[in-house]
Amino acid sequence: MTLDVRHDFPLLERTARAGKPLVYLDSAATSQKPRAVLEAEQAFYARHNAAVSRGAHVLAEEATAAFEEARATFARFIGASSAREVVWTQNATAALNLVAGGMASASAGVGGPADPRFVLGPGDRIVVTETEHHANLIPWQQLAQRTGAEFAWIPVDDLGRMDTHALDEVINAQTKVVAFTHVSNVTGIVTDVAPLVQRARAVGALTVVDGCQSVPHLPVNVQELGVDFLASSGHKMLGPTGIGALWGRAELLDALPPSVFGGSTITKVTMEKTEWLPAPQRFEAGSQPVAQVVALAAAVEYLQNLGMEAVAAHEADLALQMRSGLAEMDKVRLIGPVGNSEGSDVVAIAAFAVEGVHSHDVGQVLDDDGICVRVGHHCNQPLHAKFGLPGSTRASAHVYTTHEDVEAFLNSVERARDFFHARSAV
Amino acid sequence: MSDLDQMYQQVIMDHAREAHGRGLQDAAGLPQGESHQVNTTCGDEVTMRVALDGTLVASVSWEGQGCSISQASTSVLHDLMVGVNVEDSDKIAEAFRALMGAQGKGIDDAHADLLGDANAFGGVGKYPARIKCALLGWMAWKDALAQAREEER
Ligand SMILES: Cc1ncc(COP(=O)(O)O)c(C=O)c1O
Repeated sequence: MTLDVRHDFPLLERTARAGKPLVYLDSAATSQKPRAVLEAEQAFYARHNAAVSRGAHVLAEEATAAFEEARATFARFIGASSAREVVWTQNATAALNLVAGGMASASAGVGGPADPRFVLGPGDRIVVTETEHHANLIPWQQLAQRTGAEFAWIPVDDLGRMDTHALDEVINAQTKVVAFTHVSNVTGIVTDVAPLVQRARAVGALTVVDGCQSVPHLPVNVQELGVDFLASSGHKMLGPTGIGALWGRAELLDALPPSVFGGSTITKVTMEKTEWLPAPQRFEAGSQPVAQVVALAAAVEYLQNLGMEAVAAHEADLALQMRSGLAEMDKVRLIGPVGNSEGSDVVAIAAFAVEGVHSHDVGQVLDDDGICVRVGHHCNQPLHAKFGLPGSTRASAHVYTTHEDVEAFLNSVERARDFFHARSAV
Repeated sequence: MSDLDQMYQQVIMDHAREAHGRGLQDAAGLPQGESHQVNTTCGDEVTMRVALDGTLVASVSWEGQGCSISQASTSVLHDLMVGVNVEDSDKIAEAFRALMGAQGKGIDDAHADLLGDANAFGGVGKYPARIKCALLGWMAWKDALAQAREEER
C-alpha cells in the first residue's frame, strides 16, 4: 500500500545542496508540513487571532472556539473519552515533565491536596526502560533524586527489544510509576504495551507512555492501550513546532497538582493561597500557542483523511525496504531487528553504523547526495552505550516518503562506506 | 575538487587513522593543564593535557573518540603545538579559528603559513555543523593551556 502525497508538501519541492534533489529522511526528528497546516496557521492569524479563555470580544470568542475544537479533534484522534483529557504543552518533553513535575509537587505537598498515587519518597520505585529518549528518562531520574525514590529500568537485549521476562522483577510492589516509550526513536521497535500495563496495574503503578514516534505513524487509541498518560509531539505529526499534548485519564489529571504556575489556571487566589481549576486548565498557565493548536488540528485532520491504517501500511513497506536494505549491506550494521521476522514490529526508522566510520562522516556523504538524515546519539545515549556505539546514522520516513527516496538513501550509504573505506583502508 | 574531496583530503584521513599525541601523558614536575570537551550535538569527546616548560609547549597529549574531522584536527594540533613558543601557539590557534571562519574561501598567507597540514581543514569551514567537530580539540587546547599558564604563575 503506497500513499502518493508528496505534492501536498511545499518544502519537498526545493532542492538540496548544489541543486540536487532533496530526499528528506529525518522525520523522526521533525516532519515536514502539508499545505493544509500552513494555511490553517496563516488563516488563524489573518482572521481570528486573539488571546483565548479570557476577554469577551468577538475575536476572543472565535479564537477560544477554534482552540477548544482543536482539543476535541485531537482527543478523538487518540481515542480519548473526552476533550478534557487533553492538555496542550510546548512539546512532548514538556508533557512528560508535566507528569513528573506534578508528582514532584505532590511529593513536596504543594499545588493543592496531595493524592497518594502521586506522592513519592524513599521506599517507592520509579521504573523506566533502557530504550528511552532522554525526554522520558531524565525527568524520572531527577524525580527519583528529588524524592528519594528508587530508580530502576527494564533492560533491552542486543536488538533493543525489551526483556519481558524482567517485568515482574523490575516492576515490583513498591513501583508507583512505569514510564516507557511506545516506539523507540532509535530502533523503531513498537513496544508490546499490554504486558507492561498488566504488570503495572497488578502492583498499582501508573503508566506514562511516550507516544512521540507512535502517534504520527500508527493508529493509537489510548483507551485500548489501557495506559494512564500519553505524551505526543505536534511537530513530528505534520503539525507546527511549539505544540505538544499530554493525554491523561480525567480523574488522574484532576488530581495531579500543577508544577508550572500562573494565570488562567485558578479558581481563587489570595495573598495566602491558591485554588486550582480542574484539568486541563490547571496545567495551561499563561498565554497559549493558539495558532499552533489550530494548525495541529489541521494536521490531525490531514492524517485522518489519509487514514492511520493506510499511513501505517505505507510506512511498513518503507520500513522493510530500509531495514532489509541496510541489513544486507556489507560492513554496515543495522541497529535492531529487520522487522516482524524477529518477533518485533518496527516503524520506518532505521539507525545504522558503517564499520569504522563515524556517523557524522557518513551523514556528510549523504548530505552531499541531498539526503537529510540524523547523526549522533539521537538523544538516546544509554541505548547507544548498550550497543557499544558512540552514535549512529538514522533515516526515518513519513507519509510523503517514497520508495525512490529509500533507494537513493541506500545507494548513498554504500557510497559513504566505499568513500571512507577507500581512504582509510578499514 | 568536489566539496567532499576537499573536506576529506588524504592528509586528514591519514591523521584520523593514525592520530598523533593520542594517550594521555603525565609530564611530572612541569606545570600542566587538562581539559575535557564534549560536542553536545553528537557526544564526541576529547580530554587533552598540555604541559609547559618555560616559554615552550613541552607536551600535548589527548584521549577521545569522534569523527574523522575531530580526530584529525586534534592530531594536527598536536603536531603544530609541541615544541613551539607559547606566544606563537596563540598565533597558530588564532589562524586555525580564522580558517574555520572563512567559509571555505581561504585565509591570508600570514595565517596560512602558520598552519601547515592544518590548512587542509579549510573545506570544513563551509559546513557550520562540522566546524564544531574541527574545533573540539582546539577548545580543549585553549582551556588546558590557560590552566597550565595559571599553574606556572
Ligand atoms: C521518542 C521521543 N520522545 C521524546 C521526544 C521529544 O519530543 P519534543 O521535541 O516534542 O519535546 C522525541 C523527539 O525528539 C522522541 O523521538
